[in-house]
Amino acid sequence: MKAGWEVVIGLEIHAQLATRSKIFSGASTAYGAAPNTQACLVDLGYPGVLPVLNEEVVHMATMFGLAVNATVAPRSVFARKNYFYPDLPKGYQISQFELPIVEHGELYITDDEGRDKRIGITRAHLEEDAGKSIHEGLERSSGIDLNRAGTPLLEIVSEPDLRSAKEAVAYMRKMHSIVRYLRISDGNMQEGSFRCDANVSVRPVGQQELGTRTELKNLNSFRFVERAINFEIDRQIEVIEDGGEVVQETRLYDSDKDETRPMRSKEESHDYRYFPDPDLLPVEISPEYIETARQQLPELPTAKKRRFTDQYDLKPDDADLLTGSRPLADYFEAAVAATGAKPQLVANWVIGDLSGALNRDSLEIADSKVSATELAGLLTRIHDNTISGKIAKQVFEAMWAGEGDADTVIDAKGLKQITDSTAIEAVVDEVIAANPGQVAEYRAGKEKLIGFFVGRVMQATKGQANPGQVNQILKKKLHD
Amino acid sequence: MSDSQQDLFSQSMTELAAGLDAGDFTSAELTETLLERIGAHDDKLNAFITVTADEALQSAARADEARASGRGGVLNGLPVLHKDIFCTRGVKTTCGSRMLDNFVAPYDATVVEKLAGAGAVVLGKTNMDEFAMGSSNETSYFGPVRNPWNLECSPGGSSGGSAAAVAARLAPAATGTDTGGSIRQPAALTGTVGIKPTYGRVSRYGMIAFASSLDQAGVITRTAEDAARLLGVMAGFDERDSTSIDEPVPDYIAGLDRPIKGLRVGIVRQHFDAGLDADCAVSIREAIAVLESLGATTVEVDLPNLDLSVPTYYVVAPAECSSNLSRFDGVRFGHRADEAEDLMDLYCRSRGEGFGDEVKRRIMTGTYVLSAGYYDAYYLKAQQVRHLIADDFRSAFADVDVIAGPTSPTPAFRLGDKIDDPITMYLNDIYTIGANLAGLPGMSIPCGFVNGLPVGLHLVAAHFAEETLLRCSHQFQQHTDWHKACPKDFA
Repeated sequence: MKAGWEVVIGLEIHAQLATRSKIFSGASTAYGAAPNTQACLVDLGYPGVLPVLNEEVVHMATMFGLAVNATVAPRSVFARKNYFYPDLPKGYQISQFELPIVEHGELYITDDEGRDKRIGITRAHLEEDAGKSIHEGLERSSGIDLNRAGTPLLEIVSEPDLRSAKEAVAYMRKMHSIVRYLRISDGNMQEGSFRCDANVSVRPVGQQELGTRTELKNLNSFRFVERAINFEIDRQIEVIEDGGEVVQETRLYDSDKDETRPMRSKEESHDYRYFPDPDLLPVEISPEYIETARQQLPELPTAKKRRFTDQYDLKPDDADLLTGSRPLADYFEAAVAATGAKPQLVANWVIGDLSGALNRDSLEIADSKVSATELAGLLTRIHDNTISGKIAKQVFEAMWAGEGDADTVIDAKGLKQITDSTAIEAVVDEVIAANPGQVAEYRAGKEKLIGFFVGRVMQATKGQANPGQVNQILKKKLHD
Repeated sequence: MSDSQQDLFSQSMTELAAGLDAGDFTSAELTETLLERIGAHDDKLNAFITVTADEALQSAARADEARASGRGGVLNGLPVLHKDIFCTRGVKTTCGSRMLDNFVAPYDATVVEKLAGAGAVVLGKTNMDEFAMGSSNETSYFGPVRNPWNLECSPGGSSGGSAAAVAARLAPAATGTDTGGSIRQPAALTGTVGIKPTYGRVSRYGMIAFASSLDQAGVITRTAEDAARLLGVMAGFDERDSTSIDEPVPDYIAGLDRPIKGLRVGIVRQHFDAGLDADCAVSIREAIAVLESLGATTVEVDLPNLDLSVPTYYVVAPAECSSNLSRFDGVRFGHRADEAEDLMDLYCRSRGEGFGDEVKRRIMTGTYVLSAGYYDAYYLKAQQVRHLIADDFRSAFADVDVIAGPTSPTPAFRLGDKIDDPITMYLNDIYTIGANLAGLPGMSIPCGFVNGLPVGLHLVAAHFAEETLLRCSHQFQQHTDWHKACPKDFA
């Protein structure tokens, strides 16, 4: 960002709650059904029908509140947000306004300087999603798909504590990881289950007063969040430096053109005429209910990361990566438990080869072709010197390709490491004999050449010689 | 046709039930008699929007079969009408509006389902003020209902069709809904019995919403005993309505015969202020004297915020209605304007054409009071006053069992007299609105005549004290004949 300017960002994240049925009706929330097949009379806003709260969303919001160290309100109230739109069947959205279910939370991220930074969470409230307007493939008309109408959302509003696009992304990633840890949202960003709006403003460094903000709508990937915010920062600075004023407005990010453009200005903004929904009772949550939910809280990313560095002696960055998702952390711990290999070695493999293979095949950890126990089996063979780390990569690829577990692959391909000193010595002798020039140079003090000799020995043994032994024997013989 | 069949129409539900049980007539015969009567008389009244003759005859036949095989619910074969605000599967539900002139609900309201489940035979759906917004039945898209006691007069509203039909002996009972007096005021103006139960006593599911926090379903009958019989079937918790209350439903009939000796009757001093017609006041005082003669004692009570109830109501109810009626946008059901140019044009014209003046007036009032900058001054303030009014009643019910007074300030007024003067029209509900704002049960029973037009006695009780209202009314009716009077054109 341009020197002399400070940016102020607040995020509103919409996390779709992973309930089976909708927030106020019994219709299914499953994604991808034929249009309007998952909308019942309540979702369609038929005359006379009434909403009934799905209790599961209260539980989920409570868990979320506890996870971000927030106050779970003893009494929260659903309110109607009134506006007309064809994909909003009732002409109002049921949301929460003055009394949200969660307030005053916090989340820690690692800031641009690598320090822990507290980001305040103003509130999180429950609401129903709207349907979808469809224009493609229709001539001179629009279609409405109300399958999504009534899907439960948790809208999580941060304080304007974020100071860069990178921090915004770090916050969003952390939040993504928390909702998935809690299993309250599948976090699927392509399907829109996790998306955000960003409020962005800039001000000269040192100015107390906030600049005029714009709201960037519907950012549904981490990359888009970063790019949209960065575009918007530059745009706002340019406007001000050119002597203009930032207009308070809602802007839409166009990922194809990598730019934001105005959607509607403040003058056109709606007066939503919020008022408490008389069809629904206030949500009352007892201290006992909160206590029960607290008992059910899983270990959360921050605590898990701390434990991973303490218990497994992992590098902090690796612990961070491994605890980013609960299934990945579980995989790691299952593998550690099944092998005598050092946890850091397990971490290296999970973060390295395993994650690489998953990415390559676009698989989730749950669908990994090599299970945690199978990976542990492979690492045990490194640990007991049956194979070298380098050979292990070859074995891993074969395991990934479905050729069996580590031992089967090692046997079938004859990849067992040569640890017989006599055999290694014989090869070493051959290598020394074949490279008199290099031997002379080495002996004259160019000790870097050890790598050259090791390479030749490994080549001659197709990589199967134990590298430690090779090193040791080579040094001994070269010094003779 | 035997003699007994000729006057079947004048019998109460209780009497009809006894006749059916005794085999004096069948439900099919009863249904035919009433359908004929509706055919002969409804031109004068316009009480019906839809007569469901075929469906009625079919369910009557089913009821007769059930009876023959020893089955059938507590209302088996008994005729009822539904106010056209209750959704009925396969039969159009208009809510008195052009907006829903073509609307056929794909489901039954809970009330409809419960009465059908008990074996009731639905003869048709009754006319009403558009979306239940009105006190004279003149706002109906289907034209005003006329009062059987004087066809130049209004039967009241919004459940005017139900009240007129029951008064004219076209059916012994009809459902209604009451948001500010829409059951009780028409009952008073037509000489029938109308009860609005405690808010939450009867499910609102399938009842097209006007003002959700005030709307409550009830019944219009000619006797308190019939009201007890129907309410027993309609009442109860419904998991589809979060505001319905999970409270056991007592046997309302069982307690009717208990004398009211010692019943403490509250008389509200504000009720007899200048607004009340002097002749009506005389009838009301005489009715209270009857209660005293039956052993009740009277206590003067104070409802200091009573005069605030109409203005409070006309903030809260329009606010809720402005939001509730947003779903009528011409997109999914109901009236849709032809050849709309764009989305805004579709909205504006569909709603502009579909809604009548009174509905538009209330949507605009409601939109205004909820607007940014006005919310605190109007909506929030009205909610605060609502609490004060509820507190007044709570204090009063510490000392009395029921509050008795007038249902309406005047007897039936002439059609056309008040329709162009909304404020005067709104003041018609001054005595009834308080019960809605406080969620209390209220009941109107016939207690006299002024210039040949019926007068209603209004009784209000504490939450869930419907039994007290029904017992008090029943005992009153055991000692008076006002409810037996039949308008002469319909005798």
